[in-house]
Amino acid sequence: MHTYKVIDYRDTRSGFGDGLKELGHSNPAVVALVADLTGSLKMEAFAAEFPERFYQMGISEANMMGVAAGLATGGFIPYTGTFANFSTGRVYDQIRQSIAYSGKNVKICASHAGVTLGEDGATHQILEDIGLMKMLPGITVINPCDYNQTKMATIAIADYQGPVYLRFGRPKVANFIPSDSEFIIGKGILMTEGTDVTIVATGHLVWKALEAADELHLQGIKAEVINIHTIKPLDTELLLKSIRKTGCVVTAEEHQRNGGLGDSVAQLLSLEYPAPMEYVAVNDQFGQSGTPEELMQVYGLDTEHVVLAAKKVLLRK
Amino acid sequence: MSDIEQLEKTASQVRRDIIRMVHAVQSGHPGGSLGCTDLFTALFFEVMDIHPVPFNMDGIGEDVLIVSNGHISPAYYSVMARRGYFPVSELSTFRRLHSRLQGHPATIEKLPGVRVATGSLGQGLSVATGIALSKKMNHDPHTVFCLMGDGELGEGQVWEAALYGGAHQINNLVGIIDYNGKQIDGPTDKVLPLGDLRAKFEAFGWKVTEMNGNKMDEVVSTLKAVKSTTGSGKPNLILMHTEMGMGVDFMMGTHKWHGTAPNDQQKELALSQLKETLGDY
Repeated sequence: MHTYKVIDYRDTRSGFGDGLKELGHSNPAVVALVADLTGSLKMEAFAAEFPERFYQMGISEANMMGVAAGLATGGFIPYTGTFANFSTGRVYDQIRQSIAYSGKNVKICASHAGVTLGEDGATHQILEDIGLMKMLPGITVINPCDYNQTKMATIAIADYQGPVYLRFGRPKVANFIPSDSEFIIGKGILMTEGTDVTIVATGHLVWKALEAADELHLQGIKAEVINIHTIKPLDTELLLKSIRKTGCVVTAEEHQRNGGLGDSVAQLLSLEYPAPMEYVAVNDQFGQSGTPEELMQVYGLDTEHVVLAAKKVLLRK
Repeated sequence: MSDIEQLEKTASQVRRDIIRMVHAVQSGHPGGSLGCTDLFTALFFEVMDIHPVPFNMDGIGEDVLIVSNGHISPAYYSVMARRGYFPVSELSTFRRLHSRLQGHPATIEKLPGVRVATGSLGQGLSVATGIALSKKMNHDPHTVFCLMGDGELGEGQVWEAALYGGAHQINNLVGIIDYNGKQIDGPTDKVLPLGDLRAKFEAFGWKVTEMNGNKMDEVVSTLKAVKSTTGSGKPNLILMHTEMGMGVDFMMGTHKWHGTAPNDQQKELALSQLKETLGDY
């Protein structure tokens, strides 16, 4: 059984907002830009305390990415804030040329990722953003799992030189990573040890993976859960060590199968250590309106589906 | 020799460089490069306060130029080399494998002088706006220039930046439109008519100035006058009337040399019209 306790239920976007506020005090080079979503991104505190370092760009995401590249050129550390959909697909070429190819130290901070955005429906529920961003050379892709980890990640990326895509979400979810734990970009976290199956999860699915591990334990299956907050660069050492031990793996994420964490793990397996693998991910579909809980169930992203995937992959060992 | 004559001499050499660079690799964009040569020469040799060596990416304490229409890189590279950012001999590597002089300007090879990759159109004015904002935060009184093509104005991002710049009075920013009326597929009036550009930018809150971009004394005096208003009033927009292919008679009056390289014979004919003033690379 895992040892993590729910501290409280909080939204990961608030972790971003609180981390940004702390950075406002600790790092004078940090500036923030927003495309008319200050409240949704929880950036009000930074905006109120540091108005001279806060840029309201209006609904002009392309311009926001370019202005961020310019601010980075001038020596600042810009954090851009909008929904994940408008942070990636809408501005892909701006990120590609002005930020990634140009090597600009821009932090692209994306809220409301995945189906847990909920009732707004598929127009706003991007499930392709991890794939879009990880394909760009030189971009670091981070998808923290709860409030505390999002706050830690927000603070950590300021000290990392280079473009970062930081992905988080809208709903209140279990907050369980102790606030005094270590966050190292590119280093996964072994959440609970097991010998039968490795469950590699990112974002909102990490807590579901822990719940699934408990359920599997009751059924006599020992699952090892790894929290991969940094999808690129991937912690291949930690993953291979675990999969060599367990011999099979389930990946779990709130994203399309195509291009997500699962594909990164599948690539690693095919190159280094072929092993049976199952995906918990959306399979080539758009989302729809509904509550976050309903949608996670309908698209097979809940605890039950992680358990089913683990039992399925065990049969393939 | 007057300063203007000296600048014209430099421009002639830059035009020779452009023809020779594009001819050597049989690719590149001579038309717009030739049209913007006088502007580049005036900016780098007379108007901008710059410090080529050592090159500082942040541009703090100096004027900055962003070339949003990155395809006219031959003119940009030639002027930067002639101004001392990197060796003139490096112009011979233009568009070749492992060169710092990529087809479109890039930072990845760390070519001194280039601060952002451009070429995919419409992005430069936003980047220039960000640099202008950073100068304001740094209390740096210098000016940020951004050159764009007129065909480039079809990109919506330019108008996002124009809206922002006017609304927030980014008055240390000077946008320059290479208003030659031509793009790859033909005259801008046929491809996508631009309408009244002066009225459009004025409606977006910019102060619009027009100049003949191929008359060196007018280019220098206009740029200096516009630059002198840095830090007060509205952002500036210069509608720069140019002739695509300027300086080479058979490349003028047509859009056909936008992205076509001259053959051996055409190169010789072009060079016969452009005096070698500073020594070919």
